Amino acid sequence: MELVCPAGNLPSLKAAVKAGADAVYMGLQNATNARHFAGLNFTEKQMTQGIEFAQSRGCKVFLAVNTYPYCHDLPTWQLAVDTAAELKVDALILADMGVMDYACEKHPDLNIHLSVQGSATSAAAVNFFAEQFNIKRAVIPRVLSIKQVAHLVNNSLVPIEVFGFGSLCVMVEGRCLLSSYATGLGPNNHGACSPAEFVEWKNTDNHLETRLNGILIDQVPKDESVGYPVICKGRYRVNDQIGYAIEEPTSLNTLSILADLQAIGVAAVKVEGRQRSPAYVKQVTEVMRAAIDQSMQNPKTYQVSPEWDQTLDNLSEGQQTTLGAYYRKWQ
Amino acid sequence: MIKNPVKKLSLAPIAYYWDKATVQTFYRQVAESPVDIVYLGEITCSKRRALSLADWLQIARDLTAAGKQVVLSTLALVEAASELSVMTKICQQNDFLVEANDMSAVQLCSHAENSNFVAGSSLNIYNQRSLDKLKSLGLHRWVLPLEHNQQAVADFNLEGVEVELMAWGRLSLAYSARCFTARTHNRTKDQCGFVCDQYPDGLSLQTQENDNFLVLNGIQTQSGTVQNLIEAVNDEHIDILRIAPQQNHFSKIIELFDAVRNGQKTPAEATQQLAECSLTGTSNGYWHKQAGKDYISAQNHA
Repeated sequence: MELVCPAGNLPSLKAAVKAGADAVYMGLQNATNARHFAGLNFTEKQMTQGIEFAQSRGCKVFLAVNTYPYCHDLPTWQLAVDTAAELKVDALILADMGVMDYACEKHPDLNIHLSVQGSATSAAAVNFFAEQFNIKRAVIPRVLSIKQVAHLVNNSLVPIEVFGFGSLCVMVEGRCLLSSYATGLGPNNHGACSPAEFVEWKNTDNHLETRLNGILIDQVPKDESVGYPVICKGRYRVNDQIGYAIEEPTSLNTLSILADLQAIGVAAVKVEGRQRSPAYVKQVTEVMRAAIDQSMQNPKTYQVSPEWDQTLDNLSEGQQTTLGAYYRKWQ
Repeated sequence: MIKNPVKKLSLAPIAYYWDKATVQTFYRQVAESPVDIVYLGEITCSKRRALSLADWLQIARDLTAAGKQVVLSTLALVEAASELSVMTKICQQNDFLVEANDMSAVQLCSHAENSNFVAGSSLNIYNQRSLDKLKSLGLHRWVLPLEHNQQAVADFNLEGVEVELMAWGRLSLAYSARCFTARTHNRTKDQCGFVCDQYPDGLSLQTQENDNFLVLNGIQTQSGTVQNLIEAVNDEHIDILRIAPQQNHFSKIIELFDAVRNGQKTPAEATQQLAECSLTGTSNGYWHKQAGKDYISAQNHA
């Protein structure tokens, strides 16, 4: 089972490689990828350096070109594909059918992985992309229970990659319009959820508020802290009760089921977090590396060490973690 | 004023959980209405089984007999093997066209004997190359993705594709493994007790300032506003205006859309009356390249 780690910039890439990632994934500095944040991602020169650094140490490099271009934007996405081919990345992570069609035709030898943004949640959907675009792997959305993942792995034509740790998308990736409904810009059309230019932190007499394009997402008493205003983790009023109606600020953590994921034949485990610091990437990669190694050496005696849990809890949103949809009762 | 040919009117599937008698009565009313195309079936949650596939097919035959074109819609989020097997039956039948709301359905339709399908709005078709790919596999009609603006649609070569636009209804913004209606009642999805049947027009989610921001409908999250794009009656790229079922004011809404497409009322006249048919406000922002929640009044159209 391969460990795939986030590289938001060159220092993070190096941290991940040194901490034992089997593969790192990165994006270009534009809207062609789903972490289009200011100050993040790679220039072509940095990509060349990063690829050299990783590949010379036996670590693969994937490039995420996983947003959806409109007609007139397609050339920019095609250029990203050409760049990936030229720099010899190990795989391209794509979501859009048009971009995939181009990559297949122009660079038939380039490995394509279906991005989580491609929203394939069943064997039929994954096999569509396998048959039409010859994908070599599919990354699946965080909506399936572990039994459903097992069924998918058994019926898919290609290996399956799942999310193992990081911020939790509660909605099916690639089909969430919450951010664009509120701001006009979202993951599909802009490569970011709750873009920073729409975020407002405001002190009132007694409260600290977070707003997204004017919409109140959460408010806390003045001395408390409040998370970044992603819509699915806000507090709202439903049936006259105020609470986290969709999900609390929390991170996905699969340490406790890693041996199961391996047993059912999952090919790779992905860590979310290209927007996080190199120190974060280093710590998460080290823990996941140790856990996967132990699980692979002796799946029967695999046990989560309290230190691993402690380290990951401290790095999590709201300092808490969840198994998310893998665990039926979360659903 | 109105471009020819006259736009067709379609009716989206019912997004909420209505009981069987309500559904059957509703479609008897639809049979008498001026709607041309009716999309049928459960698209939100496979646990909702008030109507079996056989019940849906009976409604489909009745509507066909009343002169409507019937399309069977498939589930938007497919997770379980049992869901795939129901979908396989729908995609392999030859009596009715199928609306594919997920790539699973596209895969099944493209392998079926009659591969013609309608691409639902939750398929990510953002550019010509994607559209052409699906056309080559049997796409026959395209329900536009909700984020698309008018200019983005005009950039497509739409030859040979019927184009349908969500013209009245709450927008389906997201799907999750989790049931939020059950969560509100402190239940899990597996023990939901079908609590969504208490909310025939969805469960309102308000901000702490009491703005009607979103609507929870089981695993689906909808917009708090109702999108009103009756103005698109004048858009040359659009062939079909889609209306979503709701329990109140339904006949009035159909009547207004019918009057506008036939040139008996202007979109502006109808819009005033349509505003009264949404309790939680209307929006048209996506069409004007703004936030989806926004409403751009006709005077301010670019």
